[in-house]
Amino acid sequence: MSILVLAEHHDGQLAGATAHVVAAAQAIGGDIDVLVAGENVGAVAEAAARLDGVSKVRVADHAAYAHQLAEPLGALLVELAGDYRHVLAAASTTGKNVLPRVAALKDVSQISEIVEVVDGDTFKRPIYAGNAIATVKSADALKVITVRTTAFDAVAEGGSASVESVEFVAENSQSTFLKQELAQSDRPELGGARVVISGGRGMGSGENFKLLEGIADKLGAAIGASRAAVDAGFVPNDMQVGQTGKIVAPELYIAVGISGAIQHLAGMKDSKVIVAINKDEEAPIFQVADYGLVGDLFEILPELESKL
Amino acid sequence: MKILVAVKRVIDYNVKIRVKPDHSDVDLTNVKMAMNPFCEIAVEEAVRLKERGVATEVVAVTVGPKAAQEQLRTALALGADRAVHVETEERVESLAAAKLLAKVVEEEQPGLVILGKQAIDTDNNQTGQMLAALAGLPQGTFASEVKVENDKVQVTREVDGGLQTVELTLPAVITTDLRLNEPRYAKLPDIMKAKKKPLDVKSPADLGVEVTSRLTLEKVESPAERKGGIKVGSVDELVDKLKNEAKVL
Repeated sequence: MSILVLAEHHDGQLAGATAHVVAAAQAIGGDIDVLVAGENVGAVAEAAARLDGVSKVRVADHAAYAHQLAEPLGALLVELAGDYRHVLAAASTTGKNVLPRVAALKDVSQISEIVEVVDGDTFKRPIYAGNAIATVKSADALKVITVRTTAFDAVAEGGSASVESVEFVAENSQSTFLKQELAQSDRPELGGARVVISGGRGMGSGENFKLLEGIADKLGAAIGASRAAVDAGFVPNDMQVGQTGKIVAPELYIAVGISGAIQHLAGMKDSKVIVAINKDEEAPIFQVADYGLVGDLFEILPELESKL
Repeated sequence: MKILVAVKRVIDYNVKIRVKPDHSDVDLTNVKMAMNPFCEIAVEEAVRLKERGVATEVVAVTVGPKAAQEQLRTALALGADRAVHVETEERVESLAAAKLLAKVVEEEQPGLVILGKQAIDTDNNQTGQMLAALAGLPQGTFASEVKVENDKVQVTREVDGGLQTVELTLPAVITTDLRLNEPRYAKLPDIMKAKKKPLDVKSPADLGVEVTSRLTLEKVESPAERKGGIKVGSVDELVDKLKNEAKVL
């Protein structure tokens, strides 16, 4: 029984997510191969080969895979999937984009964002925005799975897997990459950040979100918002954390001026440590917060920034 | 150009869900249902493309129980011209839904298919991609901007770390992200008019698709309750706890 893990990489670097997906593969058990698909990805393949538990790295280095578009990458995975019982990828935008395509082409179900491996056929995954945990069992010969990376501890480095190249080149006349605009900020992306600090209606205005920036910079945190803050026009809706926004599970989540409506909790309650800063000591957010501080955020935030 | 837009009936996002005592599923009896929020964005985009003269007809489609016709009527009130209901009381997994939709695509031959990026009940984020694969079409997932030009569509996608723009040949499948647009509300006269718009009902058998799944739902549990934590008295105490107790700083 062997497992293929699709490596996550950006700008010629192996992304941290891959080590978490390898950990999920170890929980399933079996030989683990990592597929690195892209253009000029030699360094990525070398980094993947150093991950503990990896038997072999397969490298598809070709212009066809340059931006990991779903059509060619899907065709590549379909080509390779026959050798494996499980195909795993991070539940990143790349993994979510391509794996369902692979599953459909192989006529199997896809299991999204697993948080626990029960056995090789059975997995736990959150549904209803994390308000319920489903245990699903697959009778498909091939399991195609995306992994919620925050639910698995990354494997260490120390391995020395063999690296071999894959010659298959996917034809693609349907999609073309035009451009990429990466967020200018040095801050991490909301979905993958180790620390997230979010503001809610209590922030009062979009201008006041600046109070979060200094703290975010010191902690290397991403900045999020509640739906209330988005609906009030304080910040754009791509910052929204919650049931209809992004679902995050960082190590530390700091909720500032957020009451803690269920739609918001659904997006962040799997965070390891939650801190709530709110002037209303009855706010529901304190029921899920590990550490709560009751007080005026306009006094607390500058003080917190200076003491970090 | 014809646009096909898929909608799903789901639990209203404001409702706090309850797990059934026997852990077989989530309890949906007497619970308020609504159109999935991402599907609302999909309908809105299709209607805007029609208003801009890009599309000539908008067809709304759903797969689900009889009651899902309410959501088709909502789509019609928002501006869709007609609706197709693939009626089944079975639990339909993403793969089966995609197979049914692929048959509707084959019949309708739309220039563009728009779906939401995910339904807020199963949180799968699969159907659009699976449909694209089965229909042999390119896909523009997590779209925050859609521009149709001649026989191509440019889709700006929300990807980790920023935005990516791809160009797809038409026909294509697009799934909507939150930033794509702000859906309008249905006006009362339009809700009345929607009752007269055509709604075609089909069964999975009509489409020659078996709604079976090799995925079984073994158990549904409530997530572990978070233990209420402590209240700290000062910023100093908070920083100290985060450093020395939680060890996250």
